This record gives sequence, C-alpha cells and structure tokens, in this order.
Amino acid sequence: MCIKRKLIFVLLVGMSIFGHAKTIEVCADCEAGTVKKGIAIAADFDTLLIKKGTYSEFNIQVDKPLVILGESYPVIDGRDQGEIFTVVSDNVTIDGLFIINVGTSYTEDYAAIRVVKSKNFLIQNVVLEKLFFGIYLEKSSHGRVYHNKIIGDAVEEFNSGNGIQLWYSNNIEVEQNIVQHVRDGIYLEFSDDVLIKNNISTNNVRYGLHFMFSNNDIYENNVFENNGSGVAVMFSKYIEMRNNTFRKNWGAASFGMLLKEINDAEITGNTFEKNTVGISIEGSNRIKYLKNNFSNNGWALKVRGACYGNTFSSNNFLHNSFDVSYNSKLNDNIFSGNYWSKYTGYDLNKDGTGDVPYRPVKLFSYIVNRTPETIVLLRSLFMDIIDFSEKVSPVFTPDKLLDATPLMKQIQ
Amino acid sequence: MLKILKYSFYDLIRSRWSYVYFLFYLALGFVLLFLNNDVSKAVITLMNIIIVLVPLIGTIFGVMYYYNSREFTELLLAQPIKRTSIFLGQYLGVAGSLSLSLILGLGIPFVIYGLFRSDAIFDFTLLLVTGGFLTLIFTALSFNIALSNENKIKGFGYAVLLWLFMAVIYDGLFLMSLILFEEYPLDTFSLTATMLNPIDLSRTLILLKLDISALLGYTGAVFKDFFGTNKGFLISFTMLALWTILPIWRLIHKAKMKDF
Repeated sequence: MCIKRKLIFVLLVGMSIFGHAKTIEVCADCEAGTVKKGIAIAADFDTLLIKKGTYSEFNIQVDKPLVILGESYPVIDGRDQGEIFTVVSDNVTIDGLFIINVGTSYTEDYAAIRVVKSKNFLIQNVVLEKLFFGIYLEKSSHGRVYHNKIIGDAVEEFNSGNGIQLWYSNNIEVEQNIVQHVRDGIYLEFSDDVLIKNNISTNNVRYGLHFMFSNNDIYENNVFENNGSGVAVMFSKYIEMRNNTFRKNWGAASFGMLLKEINDAEITGNTFEKNTVGISIEGSNRIKYLKNNFSNNGWALKVRGACYGNTFSSNNFLHNSFDVSYNSKLNDNIFSGNYWSKYTGYDLNKDGTGDVPYRPVKLFSYIVNRTPETIVLLRSLFMDIIDFSEKVSPVFTPDKLLDATPLMKQIQ
Repeated sequence: MLKILKYSFYDLIRSRWSYVYFLFYLALGFVLLFLNNDVSKAVITLMNIIIVLVPLIGTIFGVMYYYNSREFTELLLAQPIKRTSIFLGQYLGVAGSLSLSLILGLGIPFVIYGLFRSDAIFDFTLLLVTGGFLTLIFTALSFNIALSNENKIKGFGYAVLLWLFMAVIYDGLFLMSLILFEEYPLDTFSLTATMLNPIDLSRTLILLKLDISALLGYTGAVFKDFFGTNKGFLISFTMLALWTILPIWRLIHKAKMKDF
C-alpha cells in the first residue's frame, strides 16, 4: 500500500515536472484576469489557482478536466444574472470558492455549480450564499460533494431552489455539508447508490432531505433540524437510514420523517426528538425499525394504512404524547422487545421483559384520529379513565397490536 | 376580619391535616425528582396531580372545616362582628393555609433540586399559580355548598359530586359533544367549553407550555393562537379570577341572609 502510494506520488511529481499539469494563476493583474479566461488558456489536467479577490462572472463553463482551486476563498459574484459554474467535463475538481448571487428564474433552474453528464468530479470546501439552486448534479456519476456550506435566504417555496440536488445521478457521496435556509436541503430524484453522510440540514423552508424514486441509498449520521416539514422519503426501495437525528420539526403538518411507498428499508439507530410526528408511515412494507429513539414527540409513529410486514424492535419510546396511532383495525406489523416509558407492567421472573403485553395504541389516540378537535382533552382525568378501560379490554383499537415482550429498561 | 383570618389560619397551620397535606406534597416532590432527576419532566407528572388532587382536597377540606368550626362560628356570630368578616376570614384562612402547603410542599424540593438553574422555572411558576387558583376556587365553592346545606352528609355528597363533575363528567360530556358534532366547526365551541371549567382551563394553560408538539395540529394551532398570546393569557386569568370572585360573592351574600 505504502509503496503504491509512493509510486503514485512519484508519478504525479513526474507528471508535473514534465509539464503535463501546470498551475495557472487567476488574479486581477495576472495574465488570466478572469476565471473564464483562465479556463480558456488552461490545458487538460491543469490547476487553476484563483487568488483572493472578487470576480463578477456568471455562465462559466468548465469543459475540460481541471482543478479549480481558490486561495483564501475568492468571491465569485454572479450578480443575480444566471448560473455560475457549469461543469460539462469529467474529472473536474472545484475547491475553496465563495460563490454568491446566483440568478433566480422561474423557467430555468440556475445553480451555483451544476455538473452535467460528467464523472469523477469533486466539489469541496465551497461556500454558497444568496443562491437559487446550490449544487445541482444532473445525470452525473461517481462524484463527491464534500464539506461545503450552503446558506440560502429562502422564504417561500415557489421562488427558491434546493441546496444539493441530484437528478439521475448515481454513485455519489455527499458528506459533511451544511445546508440552511433553502427550499429542500438535499434533494434526490432517480439517483441510486448514493451515500449521504454527516450532513447538517437545518431551517429549510420545506424538507431537510427529500427523495423520490431513488433506490439502494444509504443515509448516515445526518442531522435534520427545524425544517418546514421535516424529511420526506417517497417511492424508493432498499434504503438504509442509520444514526440520523430528526429534531424539532414543529407545525400543523410537520413530521420528523415521512415514509410513503418505501419498501424493504432498514431504519436503525435514529433519534426522533420533539417532532409533531416522529415518523408518519403510508403504504410502506417490510421495513425494519431497530434501535431508534423516539422521545418527546407528539406522535412517535403515525401509521396511516397499507403498511404490512413491518418490524419494530429494540426501539425506545420515551415520553411521547402518543406512542403509536393507527387508523385501521387491521394490523400486520410486529412490535416486539421495545422499551415504552409508559409501560406499567411488572417482571416477576426477572428476565428483563415485562410479563404483561403493552398496547401502544391508546383509545384516545383513536379518538383523536377520528375527531382531531378532541386533542384539547389531552391529559384529562376522564381520558385516563377511558384509556384504562380500553387497555383492560380493547374494543376500538386493533386487539392484536401489542408488544408481547416490552423491555423493563431503556436500551442505551 | 384580619383577626379571624389570623385565627383560622393559625388554627389550621397548627392542625394535623395541614401538616399531612404539606408533607404529602413535600414527599411527592422529592420522590418525583428522585425518580426523574429532571425538573422539566417532573413538572409534567406534577400537572396531572395538581389538576386532579388540588380541587379534590380543596373541596373536601373546605366542607370539613366549615362543618367542624360551626359551633365556633355560632359563638362568633353572637359577638358584635360583621358577618362578612367572619365568613371571609374563615374562607381566606382555609384557602391560604392550603395554598401555602401546596407552594411550600412542592417549592422546597424543586428549589433544592435546582429549579432556579433550570429553564422549567416559568412552567413551574405557572403550575403553582394555577394550583393556587384552583385551591381558592374549590374552597370557595365548597364553602357555598356547606353554607347552603345544614345536613353534613348531603353537604359532603354535593362537594364530592361537584369535584367529580368538574374533573371527570364535564370532560366526558365535552368529548361526546365534540364527537357528535364533528361535522361542524368546533373551534369556538371547544375554546368556550375549556374556558368554562376551571380545571380544563388550568390543564390547557399548562399543556400549551408542555405538550406543545402534540398540540400543534390544526386545533392546537387555534388554541395556541388564543392562549399563546398575551390577550388569551390575560383572558384565561380573568376567567380564573372570576371563578374565584363569583363564589366568594355568593358566599358573602348568602352569609348575610342566612338565619342561624
């Protein structure tokens, strides 16, 4: 391994010595006064070193394999005229730029950096402000979007764009980005085999993460906080979501995560905290929910129907106003071995699981589902009494929906 | 009046029941905090207790005290003292000592467990204020009942019924009407119905501070718009004050008319 690395290093040094890859400086007094000119005079695999300064440019087309490197964050100001960088070549790296004022249009999706039908690109350490769309990957693959900061100023949905958008782009890594105040923080459509890791997506107008028709993707260690509606995940298969945090998505129609037509996914180790609804589930089948934490949500799980063969096990349900809400009497989902903070049973044989099954659907949550206005009676003594009688002999709630082995201690 | 208030108050402060009540809250506070060790979570549990237990104890204690001190009252009536001051003094003595037990009993453990360092202090204050109001309201109502009923058994019966109605039956009727008329817009109705019952009103006031996430549905938004604003807050407290003043006014009126 070490020898291999050295060899590559020698090769690279060799290449630079033989003049295959030059460094072209871009600054106000240089030969290349603008980024566009720099690109024009550069040969393939050159490095464009952009010195500190402000460059008012837009529609910069990168049509050859280049490394565009900013020195102490030079500003590329688009002056609200249109798109700024359009990458149409393979093997392009964009690193260390500060891009502002992307044009807003109602007919075209102007982006700060758009990558079109290219491979092996790397976009890193870029700061974007006052943008329409941020980083837009279109029919591209095998790239990496790493450690960027995108801060928008979106107020309304109809005239704002998305932070990082992937459209028909496969095998992409999106890592350690910070996205704030845009429409959708990270948006994926028809993008398979994507890894989304360690991103922080907060305060966005619509969704923190939004994806549709994107299969075999992995989402890890991301934080989605205080977004307009939370995270929406729709029409996809074989998704893995691990150790993400969904927090403080508050509002009449907000949720931590919305699952719609998601099949065969794994949702493991995530934290859902202080959301109006933790996970809202619709028409999603064969999903495994393991080791998630649901704490202080209005509803931890809202199951809206057509959900079959799901397994909920080893999750913590802590201090939610309602643990589970169901709108039908039919149940084909399995709850087992979860910890429920509201469980009041006992454990005589000391095996760590309660001897009395726990029924997560309360009569009150059934009533609230029917007549939403009744929520005003939350925590009233009358409700506690009728919940208790329903617990003893279920009439309205699905009688097979129960956790037969509720844990006595919280899973750490 | 102040003398009678003072007498009633000290009489009650020295009595066993006040100590039991005080110790009960003290123990409750400590146990809750010992089990939870989280001030804000303990506040939620405490709310359930306050909105159920405080009215119950206020009612029973008020009726009990009135019937017990009847002979003393008759003795006082023979003296040249205004009737208003006798009854008002007794009422304030009872309500005051109950409120004091509540505030001290819950306050001490929470202060020891670091209330001032936690952000739950506002919720906790709200809890104590509504608890105080509920004590005042239900003691006044129970004095009314006792004054109107010579028969002790009847008086106790009515007092328990009053508590049962306010704490349980009212919500049942409320729920039934919500479900029956679910096709109609119910925002104004549910707001009014909440305002008319002091227990529901206190519960809603505290809930809007605690279970905010569940209440952020459509109805919750309506409630939040009302109770969340300063105006709504003011109206709610005016309502609680009205609930206190009206029974006291009737108490005075009745006491003046009553033939002993």
